[in-house]
Amino acid sequence: MTAEATEKEFNIDTVDNAASTPDVELPWAELGLKQNEFDEVVKILGRRPTAAELAMYSVMWSEHCSYKSTKNHLRQFGQKVTDEMKKDLMVGIGENAGVTDLGDGWAVTFKIESHNSPSFVEPYQGAATGIGGIVRDIISMGARPIAVMDPLRFGAIDHPDSQRVVHGVVSGIGGYGNSLGLPNVGGETVFDPIYQGNPLVNALAVGKLRHEDLRLANASGVGNRVVLFGARTGGDGIGGASVLASESFDDSKPSKRPAVQVGDPFSEKVLIECCLELFKGSLVEGIQDLGAAGISCATSELASNGDGGMRVELTDVLLRDHTLTPGEILMSESQERMMAVVTPENVDAFEATMATWGVEYSWLGEVTDDDRLIITWNGEVIVDVDPKTVAHDGPVYDRPYARPQWQDELQANTFRGSVNAAILPETGDDLKAAVLELIASPNMCDKSWITRQYDRYVGGNTALAAPDDAGVVRVDEETGLGVAIATDANGRYTYLDPYAGAQLALAESYRNVATSGAVPAAVSDCLNYGSPEDSDVMWQLAEGIRGLSDACMALGVPVTGGNVSLYNQTGDKAIHPTPVVATLGKFDDVDRRTPSGWRADADGQAIYLMGTTADELDGSEIANLRGHLGGVPPKVDLAAEKLLGELLINASRDGMIDAAHDLSEGGLAAALSEMVLRHGVGARVALDDVCERDGVDTFAALFSESQGRAVVAVPRSEEVRFNDMLSARGFPVARLGVVDAQSGNLEIQGVFTASVEELREAHEGTMEKYFG
Amino acid sequence: MTDLPLIGDYATPSTELSGARVGVVTFPGTLDDRDAARAVRLAGGEAVSLWHADTELPDVDAIVIPGGFSYGDYLRAGAISRFAPLMDKIVDAANSDAKLPVLGICNGFQVLTESHLLPGSMIKNDHLKFICRDQVLRVENNSTAWTNQYESGQEITIVLKNQDGQYVADEKTLDELEGEGRVAFRYVGWNPNGSRRDIAGITNAAGNVVGLMPHPEHAVEAGYGPDHTGTDGLGFFTSVLTTLVGGTK
Repeated sequence: MTAEATEKEFNIDTVDNAASTPDVELPWAELGLKQNEFDEVVKILGRRPTAAELAMYSVMWSEHCSYKSTKNHLRQFGQKVTDEMKKDLMVGIGENAGVTDLGDGWAVTFKIESHNSPSFVEPYQGAATGIGGIVRDIISMGARPIAVMDPLRFGAIDHPDSQRVVHGVVSGIGGYGNSLGLPNVGGETVFDPIYQGNPLVNALAVGKLRHEDLRLANASGVGNRVVLFGARTGGDGIGGASVLASESFDDSKPSKRPAVQVGDPFSEKVLIECCLELFKGSLVEGIQDLGAAGISCATSELASNGDGGMRVELTDVLLRDHTLTPGEILMSESQERMMAVVTPENVDAFEATMATWGVEYSWLGEVTDDDRLIITWNGEVIVDVDPKTVAHDGPVYDRPYARPQWQDELQANTFRGSVNAAILPETGDDLKAAVLELIASPNMCDKSWITRQYDRYVGGNTALAAPDDAGVVRVDEETGLGVAIATDANGRYTYLDPYAGAQLALAESYRNVATSGAVPAAVSDCLNYGSPEDSDVMWQLAEGIRGLSDACMALGVPVTGGNVSLYNQTGDKAIHPTPVVATLGKFDDVDRRTPSGWRADADGQAIYLMGTTADELDGSEIANLRGHLGGVPPKVDLAAEKLLGELLINASRDGMIDAAHDLSEGGLAAALSEMVLRHGVGARVALDDVCERDGVDTFAALFSESQGRAVVAVPRSEEVRFNDMLSARGFPVARLGVVDAQSGNLEIQGVFTASVEELREAHEGTMEKYFG
Repeated sequence: MTDLPLIGDYATPSTELSGARVGVVTFPGTLDDRDAARAVRLAGGEAVSLWHADTELPDVDAIVIPGGFSYGDYLRAGAISRFAPLMDKIVDAANSDAKLPVLGICNGFQVLTESHLLPGSMIKNDHLKFICRDQVLRVENNSTAWTNQYESGQEITIVLKNQDGQYVADEKTLDELEGEGRVAFRYVGWNPNGSRRDIAGITNAAGNVVGLMPHPEHAVEAGYGPDHTGTDGLGFFTSVLTTLVGGTK
């Protein structure tokens, strides 16, 4: 402790002082609390809060930390669950991240979170600390992080501000994630003007652990010591959760840059290894990462989840800025910090581990037997609260919601009904031009400009990564046990139909995982919406949660955790409701994984389209390219999705398919182009049978975004078995054609022929063109 | 199914190479130590974990300094790591009569240049971005301890991933490297970082110390290497084990 720190003198607002000065004006409104919430705090405490207590309640009761607008809706994720769904669930919603049993004593934990607002204010640090935060959630469970993924949504690709945001976010994710030694195995990138002032930067991390290494965030065992370790506490990120993440942006307010945290990936990497060594030696009883709301969150969560209380001396916190007030120390969101509970016997071993890794730590206090969280400042009590009231008993709102008046009109405005049929391509040349335009478009173009800035190889366990449908990572090198993960969302679908859109997000990520050959097992969601105080948005949110929870039940995959990001709007203009859904699938042996494209040695293999095609163009990429957004999204058929998934998994397991790619945005046109471009190997296909069977025209066959479909490549020797399996299960399939390694073309017979080079030029030029 | 080897199907290690002990150094911030250890094992050797702060070099037959961001690459890549106690021992052993084979990969290469075991230095990529790609290299010198299982002029594909990969040295040094055949690897097709004379890796005069920016340890197991198939990097590790058994070519 430096002299500077001990000599620091504040006008410390003690509990005694608060009791004797009930009428002092407190800045509760500036800290984001509403009048009724402040009144509730006073009622709980039986007196006015101290400045430090006010700081804690204000951050912990923020929308970001308390889920006050969504709690009543989010309950459905815990309610719509069968025993079968819970079978492999070791830890569900509520902990830092959910944990799923993988077999052989292995488990995996994964979670997706948002770091939207900070990434708009300061793209590099916002995105970097988004990775840092989600990775610490994974470590907190006792797991070694093994991969990350990033679903991103930016404004228009040609908007000047997109330069700042895209460059900053991508280099932030790379700069932080690459330095941690975590392969980045996928994600999505969407450009839409609706996200101009509210880009979405979601971050997912997955970790592996042995069952016995599972750790939870609770402080138990009277007399156990409480320690804060990792980076020092500074003045960055103060009020990040309450101010940034729980408010809409408004140009008239001053810059919020100081509210964004600054990351140090080297500290985090050391922290990862250090924590894993602690777990290995069973040196910590409970552990909690410091993220949103910093020490306020860590102390109140640990204390309220344990069987006792906690007493902490705040002047023992190591600081990098000695001018911080107690309230600021409690609210600081400085990165790369962890708090743990250690038994007195393990203190020496704990300190030895810290010394090995050169990690700073300070003992702050201990677990007590009185259910109170007491925080002192040089021995004077500045916080005396029931930790449950801070961490769990925040306000809960039943926000009013109603189906917007404009929703009917929006759904009535269909693509076919409103777009002049004359501008739709019919001739082969026009259809070819439309396909090339599609695969060059901002949303469908090749994203390797982004993914090549991420390390996808580190760890040596990456079996599939973007642009494959799912990221596949080996967990156990002995047996090949592993996981597949995919994240998906379609804001346009969800705008057109919030209930169906959320289900479609799950359907697609489920399908992506199954397409890779993995058995979908768990879901994490990041619900990105506008202001819950707007009844239209609240309806979108309520419908989204209802839709997603119903769909999870139908597909038999439990939600194990996630996060809600609200107030993603500029003025009155909310983003499209964007529930990003991550599905995790299991592999007994990642050897069985199915890649998303065929190689030259697949020459002559048969190409099949599984599923049926309807004329579903509303909300599609082609409609988007024609400037149209209206109608209803593609029909959801979860029973068909489940069956398709089973068939893809069986086909993969039994060696019936060598490549598979799901159909989603951009339909068959995008899927075939991507499969051809994956390894530059052509194909010869015909659409006549599909058009005739399904009653659609060539345009719809190419561009419809009907769900429950996948294209697969089947070796000749497996065709009979493959067809027998599909007919036995009654699943529709059409033989489109063959892989053609000689021609160097994608030939849609009787429609057009495009060379691999033409496709490549269209697909690969777009990101370079805008971002260099 | 096709004959394409899938995951986990790599060359069977040669039993006559087993027994050799290859140390893999870990600094704070090292990332690819587990990968390097795996590569050693797959080649048939025994990987021994070494800690940067160790003051004695254990009994090892060769050393790999793997990639990562040691000390966050703060100040300059490799600049802090070179002062690690173990580095002194490694430098002595590499320069001793026994000529301990040392391979520096990526950050390890940067540590070797900072330690003056190899000349030159690495600066930020000319395009200023991190880049991860499957990179073709030409083996220019197959007489080093780490390259003797390759053909001279052989083109191999391994993983490149770095932020500070642009190899620079003064013209005199570059001419010396060229003249003495000490350019071990050159980028083929495209120079991914602006390295002088397309240099991807170099060797010392004795051929026991080799450094390169690309990552052979990420190309040792089919299914997890370049394009999910490549194993071209395994030769680095079988080379050193062969050297240890029979001496350099």
